[in-house]
Amino acid sequence: MEFFRIKKDIPFMRHALVFNVISLLTFLLAVFFLVSKGLHFSVEFTGGTLIETRYAQAPDLDKLRQKLESDGFLDPQVVNFGSSTDVLIRVPLAKDGDSNKVSERVLTSLQAIDATNPPELKRVEFVGPQVGKELATDGAMALLLVVIGIVCYLAVRFEWRFAVSAIIANLHDVVIILGFFALFQWEFSLPVLAAVLAVLGYSVNESVVVFDRVRETFKKQKKMSTPEVLDHAITSTISRTIITHGSTQLMVTSMLIFGGAALHYFALALTIGICFGIYSSVLVASPLVMWLGVSREQFIPKPKVEKQEAVV
Amino acid sequence: MNRYPLWKNVLIAIVLVLGLIYTLPNFFGESPAVQVSSVKAAVKLDAATLSRVEDVLKSNGIAHQGLFTDLNSIRVRFDSTDSQLKAKDAIEKALNPVAADASYSVALNLLSSSPQWLTSMHALPMYLGLDLRGGVHFLLQVDMKGALTKRLDSLGADIRTLLRDKNLRHAGIARDGNALSIRFRDAETRDRVKSVLSSNLPELNVIEQADGSDLKLVATIKPEAQLKLQGDALKQNITTLHNRINELGVAEPIIQQQGADRIVVQLPGVQDTAKAKDILGRTATLEVRLVDDEASSNSAIMEQAMRGQPPAGTEYYTERGGRGLLVKKQVILTGDRLTDAQPGFDNQTHEAAVHLTLDAAGARIFKDVTRENVNKRMAILLIEKGKGEVVTAPVIRAEIGGGRVQISGRMTTEEANDTALLLRAGSLAAPMEIVEERTIGPTLGAENISKGFHSTLWGFTAIAVFMIAYYLLFGVVSVIALSANLLFLIALLSLLQATLTLPGIAAIALTLGMAIDANVLINERVREELRAGNSPQAAITAGYDRAWATILDSNVTTLIAGIALLIFGSGPVRGFAVVHCLGIATSMFSSVVVSRAAINLIYGRRKKLTSLSIGQIWRPDAAATK
Repeated sequence: MEFFRIKKDIPFMRHALVFNVISLLTFLLAVFFLVSKGLHFSVEFTGGTLIETRYAQAPDLDKLRQKLESDGFLDPQVVNFGSSTDVLIRVPLAKDGDSNKVSERVLTSLQAIDATNPPELKRVEFVGPQVGKELATDGAMALLLVVIGIVCYLAVRFEWRFAVSAIIANLHDVVIILGFFALFQWEFSLPVLAAVLAVLGYSVNESVVVFDRVRETFKKQKKMSTPEVLDHAITSTISRTIITHGSTQLMVTSMLIFGGAALHYFALALTIGICFGIYSSVLVASPLVMWLGVSREQFIPKPKVEKQEAVV
Repeated sequence: MNRYPLWKNVLIAIVLVLGLIYTLPNFFGESPAVQVSSVKAAVKLDAATLSRVEDVLKSNGIAHQGLFTDLNSIRVRFDSTDSQLKAKDAIEKALNPVAADASYSVALNLLSSSPQWLTSMHALPMYLGLDLRGGVHFLLQVDMKGALTKRLDSLGADIRTLLRDKNLRHAGIARDGNALSIRFRDAETRDRVKSVLSSNLPELNVIEQADGSDLKLVATIKPEAQLKLQGDALKQNITTLHNRINELGVAEPIIQQQGADRIVVQLPGVQDTAKAKDILGRTATLEVRLVDDEASSNSAIMEQAMRGQPPAGTEYYTERGGRGLLVKKQVILTGDRLTDAQPGFDNQTHEAAVHLTLDAAGARIFKDVTRENVNKRMAILLIEKGKGEVVTAPVIRAEIGGGRVQISGRMTTEEANDTALLLRAGSLAAPMEIVEERTIGPTLGAENISKGFHSTLWGFTAIAVFMIAYYLLFGVVSVIALSANLLFLIALLSLLQATLTLPGIAAIALTLGMAIDANVLINERVREELRAGNSPQAAITAGYDRAWATILDSNVTTLIAGIALLIFGSGPVRGFAVVHCLGIATSMFSSVVVSRAAINLIYGRRKKLTSLSIGQIWRPDAAATK
């Protein structure tokens, strides 16, 4: 079997502008949704209490909500979670008083509604305001560390032009993932953050593989122009790119299907990241490198360097 | 020729065998068990305890599947939860005849059913996080300001005693925020006190301050002493939590410091969060103070005090039974001086009571105070959650020596038990607040395991089917390498006893999905070399060698993301990061070294190799001529 029967190099660079405009538009759209709708942060970031319960029969959610409101909980969210018998209740942080007793009080309220259909407690999560803030800063710090780490590594291993274009291409993936989460108001939780960062590292891979080829082709094919070199590098790695991402996506799809609600958004973030990762790390990063003025001379300066870089 | 030297093949074989051994315990599952551990330092677990447990089981006719001992616990394994529960009750009854005075903690637990030889070489099943096994997780924030205030109060008392001993007269000692201020009538005394303080209480920083016409010394705790104080407060709180949780009877609790002022408490298997919180959060401590009898019998002063204006130096409390009482602010003794507290009964009235034993210093102070205050009243206060309550305020009939004190006063037996437990378990050095709580029900834990397992299984199967269909024999080798990767990853996780969480399982799946990248790179490279017209053996060599640099580069970038998560991640994300980082390491080894070894074994010895089973090699030039 051979999926990719490509006779000549595909002239990707001829359409470089189109690819970048498309990705710029997606990016702007994502920013727009992020600004206008904002992210729907989970309890971990905002602080508050989350209670997951299971009933024998599907309860009337309105009744639960009314009961909670009448028991003095401000603005409780009551939604189904996975099935009609699973109910998720979110209670925001109370401005005063004993917020760490909330879970017990909610449960007592719920039990009082219908004695014949008592809720079974599946999960409670309580996060105080201070912890939530810390998690948010820690998340931002982690993102920053990843970005700096990757830029430094690529700059040392390749060239600053590669580092800059790879990180621009992949950071815009991150923004697009966040844009999706803002548009559909999917819950942004800690596992989603982990998925976003994992995707960042993973799709930089993609650029690395192409760049490796670019470097190699520059050294081997002395007559090719820069756009031709980029076209050749992308074309000769495209089968690997698609097969690898396909395989990873097989795993992620399996998580989407079998992983249940707990892994749902995690897998969703990965799916979006993988799809846009292919696009941007190949079709956005490479034109950026071209525009930043990469040329053969940067790779054949000293024979010493060439010896070190046992090239693929 | 593509052959690995013998040492390399042997090394790979050894690593694979080790991987297999350390993965094995995960397949045996767990069986219900009862765990007995000692609660008191004086009570040791020995052979006698073991045979006692065995006898109890025999006499109750409960069949068990083996008794195990380690340094601080005895574990008995059972075949069903039914006999486990029965056995727990029977052992509890036999070892702790008086429930209130328990020497042993008897808890339900799960024990790995893997054979003894595996356990003895430290091959244990993976350590499951709370989201997979169910339980409660608390993050407690220690109120360091509270610890400081408490210390200042007790320093104030020390200074009072010190000055009285040295016959130095002061005009009042008061705590003012983070400082103690001591007033004087004349400058000479002030100077003498200053030198006394700096030699006797080195942790204090004493400065003179003029406040109008008043002569004043202001004492603050030195920064380094503050740090030490905070460290000590945290340590004492952890110890106290240990004691309290032991009384709860939880198997394998985790109580750890996190950061400078936080404590993580994880109680696997505990479902009753309300009880757990209550026990953790209670900050009962004992204080002994004198009652201001004169003021208390003056109805005018009492009326004012009830409205919240007690005379200076006293505080208003209600006694059990409702009568108001003015108690002096000065603390004679605190719960720190206690060595033991036991519930019991008063010899004469047969009321429920708590018998206290004081340490030597406490006993001396108590003796002195009771001698000096005969016929006056003394109040014993129980301070809980910042609120004090006078348990009893008896009249001192005579000097009390020997350090044995009894509190009784309209308590029920249960209250006496509770009070004794709280006092015995020690007080918290500083109040704590729960800032994070996670409770996971046991059904959810089991669900999470099966969901994580199925995602990985089906994802793996899909990848395997595709790889074999697309790359034929090279695909089979890639799948072998991927299986080896999974094996190493699980073996490592088991060996390190790293906590496996649901995001951790997701990371296993994701790592496998990403790890196949290396094999795809290699296989595509080999195909390319063949396409370029190289001989099969040369294609294998070139394919592996050239793919290596790319594999390294791409794994390093992924690793950077993993490490960032490891540093900044907490809770579930940390579990993800640990597995992710380990997975990158194992995948580099398995996808390059293990798969190469397999390919070498298959093709390496054939000199006249004409083709590789790697799927169709499509050549653009060949297609063009056709």
